[in-house]
Amino acid sequence: MNNYNFAFFDEGSKREIRRATLKAIALPGYQVPFASREMPIARGWGTGGLQLTLSLVGKNDRLKVIDQGSDESVNAVSIKKLVIGTTGIDETDKTGEATLIQSRHRIPEAELREDQILVLQVPIPEPLREIEPSEYATKRLHADKEYSGVWLMLFEQIMAHGSVATGADHPVLVHDRYVMAPSPIPRFDNPKLDHSQALILLGAGREKKIYAVPPYTKVVSLAFEDYPFEVERMAERQCRLCGAAGVYFDELFDEKTNEKYYQCNDVSYCLQTRISLS
Amino acid sequence: MSNPEEPVLVVKNLRKQFGSGCTNCLDLKEESLEGNYCPVCQTVYACRDISLELYPGEILGVVGESGSGKSTLMRCLYFDEAVTAGQGYIKDYKDGQKNIFTETSQQKRYIRNHVLGMVYQNPYQGLRMGFSSIGNIAEKLIAAGNRNVGYMTDRAAGLLEKVNIPIYRMLEAPGKFSGGMQQRVQIAKALSNNPPILFLDEVTTGLDLSVQAAVLDLIKIIQRELAISMLVVSHDLSVIRMLSERTIVMLGGKIIEQGLTDQILEDPQHPYTQQLVQSLL
Ligand SMILES: Nc1ncnc2c1ncn2[C@@H]1O[C@H](COP(=O)(O)OP(=O)(O)OP(=O)(O)O)[C@@H](O)[C@H]1O
Ligand SMILES: [Mg+2]
Ligand SMILES: [Zn+2]
Repeated sequence: MNNYNFAFFDEGSKREIRRATLKAIALPGYQVPFASREMPIARGWGTGGLQLTLSLVGKNDRLKVIDQGSDESVNAVSIKKLVIGTTGIDETDKTGEATLIQSRHRIPEAELREDQILVLQVPIPEPLREIEPSEYATKRLHADKEYSGVWLMLFEQIMAHGSVATGADHPVLVHDRYVMAPSPIPRFDNPKLDHSQALILLGAGREKKIYAVPPYTKVVSLAFEDYPFEVERMAERQCRLCGAAGVYFDELFDEKTNEKYYQCNDVSYCLQTRISLS
Repeated sequence: MSNPEEPVLVVKNLRKQFGSGCTNCLDLKEESLEGNYCPVCQTVYACRDISLELYPGEILGVVGESGSGKSTLMRCLYFDEAVTAGQGYIKDYKDGQKNIFTETSQQKRYIRNHVLGMVYQNPYQGLRMGFSSIGNIAEKLIAAGNRNVGYMTDRAAGLLEKVNIPIYRMLEAPGKFSGGMQQRVQIAKALSNNPPILFLDEVTTGLDLSVQAAVLDLIKIIQRELAISMLVVSHDLSVIRMLSERTIVMLGGKIIEQGLTDQILEDPQHPYTQQLVQSLL
């Protein structure tokens, strides 16, 4: 890939993305439009996150890419290939060693630090979209801080299921101002957004939006007074491989013993735990 | 209690035009317009300098032919449309000292969610047809700041009972209901946060006669029990006669006659009103 500029894009494109990013950091939770570019990866496969990563990456960065907790998925590998191939930087699976982490559907278990940036891939950035199809209308609703529609969706879930049943992407209020879609992370990861030490950037390629949770920002998961926010129940479970508890697990089924068992969803966390134990 | 003579809503010279106007129609002279319409620039003057007062606990009727500007007036008062000019004052908002039409959009939403209720001519405008009936009512309570599911379900259930929607249908979507039931869900929603002012636009139009009667009865009961002030719009004088003590007659975007409903029925002044009363007999 020698014909490309460092990090694939020309410098002007990178600067344009960085300007949108700076605006997003200045307005926590606010969706900033940007000129999403054509990529050698199809839109909807993490191009929003990838553009953020490419605009941010420097020669001394160490990159980690995860897809639903795994560093080895096809999608994660092809994103890594593109960034490494056009920059020559090092990659790592270890969360603690990475300076730049691009992720789909998870926030790593290991607590992130101030010197790290987490980039989340976002399919649908607009938390009001389901209730209001028009972009013009949702912009006005955000401007007026009118979020009844988001609350109504949570209310309807309680009416239908007896509890809030958002599988993922449970809406949050950022810095007491904007309601934000945290991307399809499990509810389990929502509390990690609150006062995160690392800068968290969210990018939606198809929808052409960038937004941010700056370090140490207050992030509250929306919940009614009498139906408090709850994460998926992970207590009383243990990883069969590393013995970890209190993390987000994949539920698996052993066909030989006919038993359910659990395994850390964050593969690199699981490996690290096993290494430190041995 | 405050002075019962003091109106809860005052509207002064409300104008709503669709189009920018031209040298032909700028003065709004009758000769330059065809009804509410400028033949030169195609501007529609849907409401022309409407002034009215709504008093505590009264039902004020607005009657007029199709296209006379009734719905536009209601939509302006509920902030669905921006007025072109004019003032509005609500006693329960900043003591009636602030022109509501020049408030910020956030404040307009506040007025809408806390002080007003609306029942639209078309239930598709007032309800989310795919959401539960109880959720439709909760939406108004949520908009007014409520965050307690238990309170909201109790309140919604009580209101649906009041408008005769059986409890076991509460979780159903109004999209599955008959027209009369949809109007009743709209009424329940409009009442949910005890607004002092309620707007009703053609609530009974399109319903068959027995259902019409039931909805009209319901409105009378609400007036008696809750002492809410209502602005009731209909093209049907018989509906207005049943509900309102005072009536405004609109034609071509203007008020052409107003007074006690009985007096208008007995002694209509304007030729259009005379024709309207004639057709009732
Ligand atoms: N968005 C719009 N753009 C242009 N003209 C409009 C618009 N909305 C309403 N009008 C015009 O304004 C006038 C008043 O319409 P409105 O709906 O207020 O009448 P109405 O008295 O409620 O009639 P109906 O009894 O049929 O409901 C009509 O001439 C209508 O065509
Ligand atoms: Mg109408
Ligand atoms: Zn004109």
